[in-house]
Amino acid sequence: MLSARNLDKSFGSLVVAQDVALELPKGARHALIGPNGAGKTTLINLLTGMLAPDSGTIVLDGADITHLKPYQRVHRGLTRTFQINTLFPRLSALESVTLAVLEREGAAHGWWRPLGGERAVIDEAAGILDSLKIPNRETRELAYGQQRLLEIALALATRPRVLLLDEPAAGVPKDESHALFSAIESLSDELTILFIEHDMNVVFRFASRIIVMVGGRILLEGTPEEVGRDPRVREVYLGSHARAA
Amino acid sequence: MLSSLAGVLFDGFAYGMLLFLLSVGLTVTLGMMNFVNLAHCSFAAVGGYCTVSVVNRLGWNFLAALPIAFAVGALVAVLLERTLFRRLYRRSDLDQCLFTIGIAFMSIAAFAWFYSTEPQSARVPSYLVGSFQLMGRNFVVYRLFLMLMGLAITAALVLALERTRFGAQVRAAVDNQRMARGLGIDVDRAFMITFALGGGLAALGGALAIEVIGLESTLPLSVILVYVLIVVAVGGLGSIRGSLVAAIVLGITDTAGKYYFPWLGAFLIYLVMVALLMWRPLGLFGKR
Amino acid sequence: MANAKFHPLEYAFWACTLLPFVLAPNYLSLASQIAITALFALSLDLILGYAGIVSLGHAAFFGVGAYAAGLIAKHYWTEPLSGMLVAAAAAGVLGYALSHIVVRFRHLALIMLTLGFGLLLAEAANSASDLTGGADGLQGFHVPGVLGFKFDMFGRTAYAYALAVLFVAFLVARRIIHSPFGLALRGIRENATRMPAIGAPSLAHLRKAYTMAAVMAGAAGAVLTHTTSTVSLEVLSFGRSADVLVMLILGGAGRLYGGLVGAIIYMVARDQFSGVNPQYWYFWIGLLLVAVVLLLPNGILGGLSALRKKPR
Repeated sequence: MLSARNLDKSFGSLVVAQDVALELPKGARHALIGPNGAGKTTLINLLTGMLAPDSGTIVLDGADITHLKPYQRVHRGLTRTFQINTLFPRLSALESVTLAVLEREGAAHGWWRPLGGERAVIDEAAGILDSLKIPNRETRELAYGQQRLLEIALALATRPRVLLLDEPAAGVPKDESHALFSAIESLSDELTILFIEHDMNVVFRFASRIIVMVGGRILLEGTPEEVGRDPRVREVYLGSHARAA
Repeated sequence: MLSSLAGVLFDGFAYGMLLFLLSVGLTVTLGMMNFVNLAHCSFAAVGGYCTVSVVNRLGWNFLAALPIAFAVGALVAVLLERTLFRRLYRRSDLDQCLFTIGIAFMSIAAFAWFYSTEPQSARVPSYLVGSFQLMGRNFVVYRLFLMLMGLAITAALVLALERTRFGAQVRAAVDNQRMARGLGIDVDRAFMITFALGGGLAALGGALAIEVIGLESTLPLSVILVYVLIVVAVGGLGSIRGSLVAAIVLGITDTAGKYYFPWLGAFLIYLVMVALLMWRPLGLFGKR
Repeated sequence: MANAKFHPLEYAFWACTLLPFVLAPNYLSLASQIAITALFALSLDLILGYAGIVSLGHAAFFGVGAYAAGLIAKHYWTEPLSGMLVAAAAAGVLGYALSHIVVRFRHLALIMLTLGFGLLLAEAANSASDLTGGADGLQGFHVPGVLGFKFDMFGRTAYAYALAVLFVAFLVARRIIHSPFGLALRGIRENATRMPAIGAPSLAHLRKAYTMAAVMAGAAGAVLTHTTSTVSLEVLSFGRSADVLVMLILGGAGRLYGGLVGAIIYMVARDQFSGVNPQYWYFWIGLLLVAVVLLLPNGILGGLSALRKKPR
């Protein structure tokens, strides 16, 4: 569904991505793990077009999207969420999701029609909010966990085929994370998902394959069992203590 | 033809040095704290008016008045920073713009109140007056003085930045404020001192500028402010080297424009600025 | 969803705009100036308050509209309504052209670019004195009236004209704000980073908003020309760009009425203060700016709405 080859990116002498290759088949549930600074978010930025690679190609469902702008990739079905809530503080939850739906439909150009008249769009947005149990309040008044859900709601409103989740559960307190996980669990099987996560419980719960990234390179990729057994992974995470243990 | 070019370059370079002195404080404080201080030229006016008082009312030598202007400018800068400006470091660009414009307006009123709206002048020592001959051309002595002062101060600044510990702290804070704090650098204190230095230099510039561009109560929000902003934006925030280059380019372009294409007026300057910013939006030497 | 119905206070506001006819007939020319400036401030609100573009050169469009209207009246025809439409369109064309550059920049570069464009245009108008009359201004034409009503020296027709144009433009602005496009603009203002991530072509939206604001500003400039039958370089000046910015912030950006309220307060105050001694004006407006930024960060309207929320 989504594949990337030979992705390279450096900032001067700082190499943030080196010869990165990625293959996400349709319906995948892949996790991307690695220590801080490994380049995981950078990879997502490269895939979505927020960052331009120095070299390499990205292909979505057979079409080369390497040179498409970020918003164009969203229209092709490639969407992401952000690790830190990147929401619209003074828009209500309904307005935010409605905006996403409008943009998807290309209907955000209309400046003479009243917004209230877009019933179909608003109903769809309300439906998304309902399914994720997000109350319709001003975004900055939502609880943190609800804001994380809104992050996902915004992504879902774009009707993605490939979804890149950047630490969806980051910072969510324990009592609010249940809603978040059931939301992720209920995501359609048709959806191809890659998510960055630090919490190994979450990773082992949701991922069918794990990609390990260190220092801008892919260290290895495999099933959770394979990765869990691999000594290199344990060394990366736990250091030499792992070998001694 | 060549000698008129030499004249234009000479005058332009001197003007550029003056603009540099007026701008360097702003670029460092902008680069360090991202604080947009549109009242910066008020410090220049403070220096100018201080010099006027010292020379005309106290009868002191112009050269002796310069360090006083610097000191007073630095003092006013620190006072403003400690009492008012520091409340706005987290506010938006626009808020800072408007706040400092308000301060500038108030300073204009204050200057007019104390000194009237008439253009002011300060007597310059006789050896700085007039012109000298070189290669069959007349060069204004004061412009040479400006250049030498500018170069001397630039050298002192560069030395201070590169060789002293305080300079290292300033460079660190401009580069990455959070990191600098994490390293234990007292960024607030460094900023206060930098702000003072910037204000002092602007005041010095204002004092030196009396002979060249005059002094009126509207200086804080005059076209000089626009030129200072152009120098800072084109040079790159936080880059002293950038300001120097931009100031010299601006000075020479302005002088050349007025000499060769007088009907264009300031059009050339603005065109060059727009073109340069479109090419390098972060300034020639900017990094963020 | 944003409330698109008219609030009772809005009816009251617009009713009050009719008061000068009755209560202050000697001040109708000032009232016209205020209405024109309010329209100009409204146009800036569209890009600053709703799309987040900080422009220090918005007078460029006001001035282009003013000069276009003047040139039309001088060389072609003096009917003001059609002249205004053409002048506004001219300003819009310039706005559209510049928008391609302006929307690509942020922070200081954006401020300096808008400032630069404004200054460039002012210098060009100054130099092109054959066309514009240069420092003397564009003169030698007279717009007799609008829709059969003469522009008399009491300024009644002028104020009615200015107020009518302001009101129509306001209704258009209101529709824009409450439309899907308006929501998109607010989205850009609230979080420009998120917009591309939901598939929004932000730059295209911003170009459209910038063009609309230019058209509106151009209309304001045209009305000024028609009601005074003269155009001076001042319409392109940095002073005008700066003044309208101050007015908008004073009233509160992003609240539709902020520019109107700010324009009224600023211009009435200036009229009262600068007569006595211009220096007093500088001091008080400076103090007002400082106070507003420190105490009323969302302008006067923001402060009022915060007060209303407090008892909850």
